[in-house]
Amino acid sequence: MTRVLSLILYLILAPFVGAFLDGIDRKITARMQGRKGPPIWQPFYDLFKLFSKQMIAVNSVQLLLNCSYLIFLAVAGGMVFFGTDILMSLFILSTADMFLILAASSDSSPYSNIGASREMMQMMSYEPMTLLIAVGFYLATGSFRVDEIIAQETCAFWMMPGLFVGFILIMAIKLRKSPFDLSTSHHAHQEVVKGITTEMSGPTLAIMEIGEYYEKMLLLAVVALFFIDSSIISWILGIVLCLGVYFLEILIDNVCARVNWHKLLDICWLITLLCGGINILILMLI
Amino acid sequence: MDRLKKSPWMLHYDASSCNGCDIEVLACTMPRFDIERFGIINTGNPFHADILLITGGVNAQSAQVVKQIYSQMPNPKVVVAVGICACTGGVFKDCYNILGGIDTVIPVDVYVPGCAARPQSIIDGVLKAVDILEKKKEAQTHE
Ligand code: SF4
Repeated sequence: MTRVLSLILYLILAPFVGAFLDGIDRKITARMQGRKGPPIWQPFYDLFKLFSKQMIAVNSVQLLLNCSYLIFLAVAGGMVFFGTDILMSLFILSTADMFLILAASSDSSPYSNIGASREMMQMMSYEPMTLLIAVGFYLATGSFRVDEIIAQETCAFWMMPGLFVGFILIMAIKLRKSPFDLSTSHHAHQEVVKGITTEMSGPTLAIMEIGEYYEKMLLLAVVALFFIDSSIISWILGIVLCLGVYFLEILIDNVCARVNWHKLLDICWLITLLCGGINILILMLI
Repeated sequence: MDRLKKSPWMLHYDASSCNGCDIEVLACTMPRFDIERFGIINTGNPFHADILLITGGVNAQSAQVVKQIYSQMPNPKVVVAVGICACTGGVFKDCYNILGGIDTVIPVDVYVPGCAARPQSIIDGVLKAVDILEKKKEAQTHE
């Protein structure tokens, strides 16, 4: 019963909570830059506006591909909130990303094509870590299933701190935070890093953004998964730490300059090998 | 619903400005004036933009570009001419290559005079444009 409830709540509320968090993100970012910043509800206004704009479609498949992106992300997140297999969920997450890449490369604009190939680079960098995290959960708790992971006596974090560090890194890439916002960025609207979204207008762009909000909630849920165990207090701790990690991402976003994809690949694989690899090795030995 | 009013994204194009007005436009986005507090984002992409902000008069080369950018923007859209050059051609009016103000090629909704236009008046002009945007939207839905 609670599982169905949490699934329904996720499907309905995730875009709203995601947009709200985005509003807070933009406000905090503005304050960090010494600006006043937009109202907290700005992402909602943006979405409303995008849906009320004229639809200029460069081709007929882009909207369909963006919708698939949204649906696959909702399915991936839904699996975590329903308490089923986390490995499967992470696989579906990367499938969803493939749809975004297809949507971006479906038109002839060189900007979105550059964005698409950069998105591919990003996938290549974070994918090994994603896999290791799923394996880490299995080694630490003996199960891939989310409902069994959160029913443990002690939280998974103590068994996999290295993987947690790795997850913060890939979360920065997934949330499109500087220094890893190569394929499309929330800042720098005039530059080539706007990439993927260049040819998307009005409703198409809005659908992609809603997809991102689903993704954000899924990622925060995985953060919470590291800390939640059978006790009630751990749930509160999990939510607080989620917000803490989110703030950390905003901070990283504001203090780092963008890196090129060589650096991105180097950093990611180095951390995957060092933090993830060693962590997994220790888990396998004990 | 004042949906558009709260999130106007603008596109800045330099038709043939001396760069004076451009710097003032950029000053609007800086911490001191921060137009993002009105929800305005300076996009570089006609597909995302609601407001087209043009500085400088139109010359033989930029006329095509201005027309193309304008046609690529989804409806409803408004045009703001920033600086006296964009309004009428200004001091460059009699130059051999200048066609005149922006309204010689596309319809302009708001004129922001000044050489260079001050950030305060640019923000004022953009906010006026936002009201016009809302009216255009209403007219569109009634059609
Ligand atoms: S109005 Fe003045 S500052 Fe602006 S583009 Fe013309 S000459 Fe330059």
